[in-house]
Amino acid sequence: METAPVVATHDLTKIYGHQVAVDRLTLAVNEGEIFGFLGPNGAGKTTTLLMLLGLTEPTSGWARIMDIDPAREPIKVKARVGYLQENMGFYSDLTARQMLRFVAELNGIERREAEVRIEGALTDVGLADEPPAKTIAAFSRGMRQRLGIAELLIKDARVAFLDEPTLGLDPDATQRITEMIQRLAREQRMTVLLSSHQLHQVQRICDRVGIMIKGRLVAHGPIDQLAREKFGLNREQFTLEEIYMKYFLEGSP
Amino acid sequence: MKGLSAILRKELADHFASHRFAILFALIAMVSLITAYMVGIRIREVEGQLKPQFVFLLLFTEPGAMFSLVQFVAFFGPLVGLILGFDAINRERNEGTLSKLLAQPIYRDVVINAKFLAGVILIGVMLLSLVLVITGLGLALVGIVPGAEEIWRIVTYLLISVVYVAFWLGVAILFSIMFRSTASSALASLAVWIFFSFFITIGASVLANVLASDADFSPPAAGRKAELVRYAVIASPMELYSDATATVIDPLRKSTRAALPVGPLEAISMTRFSGPLPLAQSLLVVMPHLISLLAITVLCFALSYIVFMRQEIRSL
Repeated sequence: METAPVVATHDLTKIYGHQVAVDRLTLAVNEGEIFGFLGPNGAGKTTTLLMLLGLTEPTSGWARIMDIDPAREPIKVKARVGYLQENMGFYSDLTARQMLRFVAELNGIERREAEVRIEGALTDVGLADEPPAKTIAAFSRGMRQRLGIAELLIKDARVAFLDEPTLGLDPDATQRITEMIQRLAREQRMTVLLSSHQLHQVQRICDRVGIMIKGRLVAHGPIDQLAREKFGLNREQFTLEEIYMKYFLEGSP
Repeated sequence: MKGLSAILRKELADHFASHRFAILFALIAMVSLITAYMVGIRIREVEGQLKPQFVFLLLFTEPGAMFSLVQFVAFFGPLVGLILGFDAINRERNEGTLSKLLAQPIYRDVVINAKFLAGVILIGVMLLSLVLVITGLGLALVGIVPGAEEIWRIVTYLLISVVYVAFWLGVAILFSIMFRSTASSALASLAVWIFFSFFITIGASVLANVLASDADFSPPAAGRKAELVRYAVIASPMELYSDATATVIDPLRKSTRAALPVGPLEAISMTRFSGPLPLAQSLLVVMPHLISLLAITVLCFALSYIVFMRQEIRSL
């Protein structure tokens, strides 16, 4: 059954002054898919996510999230999309529950409903047993990421944009987060776009990847396919690192 | 507007829980208590010798040892506005919480509206409690119950003061949008405050002396000089505010100018008819001042609004 892609872009371009941050990006991501953006720092991954969210206007081209144009109706897009930025951006003097209540309020979720969802989400991400008075300032990186996932659950986001979700996490925490992301996609049919440097994680959980270098999407597709294109069919063992480095070296002078 | 009440409540909670607010409030409460007490004592001393009308208002206008309350708010009210606003936006930007906020389904202007509104509410609460403390103290010390007109004058004074401090809040928020670092925005708003409150008043007379030839001491030349000073001084919000409030709160003042050039006949009529102005007339006298004050406040907020709406949001 063919359905319309949840996230679609066509020739999406962003120019800051003289610098082209994103260059004619055309992409389609389907429901329940985990799509990984790979690329060096400054390749335009975050800018792309900001444009998809309607926080930054594209210079040219268009994007659609569930058939809504984020440049025209950013509020509608933001109601359906959960965005977890690199540093999470939680108010560190609030407790987990206060923060989630604030998010619920901003999303117009009714108070009693919000309390139910908050308890459910905190249990799901394993934060329900933390002391209630503990502020986010005392949370570890991994706990903050899990709180971010809880935020997605409370908003009941249909699409999640995750900017470097596993950055700076220890292996144990990384494992937990990636499993949670997989569960969101499988069980909730959430569409996930994530950006990462940590190719090993990406390889494990992404259905498809796109390699971005200097604002251009130089390749995208399932990892096997990219491997075949670059290394030939008979190659048995390959890692995403090898594929990525090959594209990266070709892409830079 | 969706989300406004949520952000507003959070902002107010943050303000009331913050140390800087507690310190500021303690300082201002202390100073005003002391001034009111000293003024109260003085009013009691002169009781019987002279019976000024509107004794109650003297609590606000009579300088005790140093400042009257009205002067005190004129000098240090702006500081309250600046302190409440100088890191409104850039702190959130630096901590990355701004993009989290803007990634929620709310309009961007809700953020700045809520922040400004929270500041205004806080300023209102602060000034109202100051006035109430002094009123209460005045009742106890002087033993005179204020009449209806006096109460209306105090209410008017309170409203003007809120607008005045809100103007400086607007200036501080504007700088917090324009500058990334909270230190720069704090310094910039302090600089603007000092320039417009103090240098302009000092500079005005110098300017007048330069423009009108110095040697000429004839009355018309002196009059022209006074006019020039007046125009220059109008550029200072502090002068606008002190002139306006002095007139509103003192029914015997009939003009916003401190000294009036009058002919002999006018002088006679002024001493003959030295009754107090009704409140409506006082308001009429200061209306241009009030409108200017309101205009610069609205202008300042509008500017912040525009700059904020046009700014690029980069998460890094």
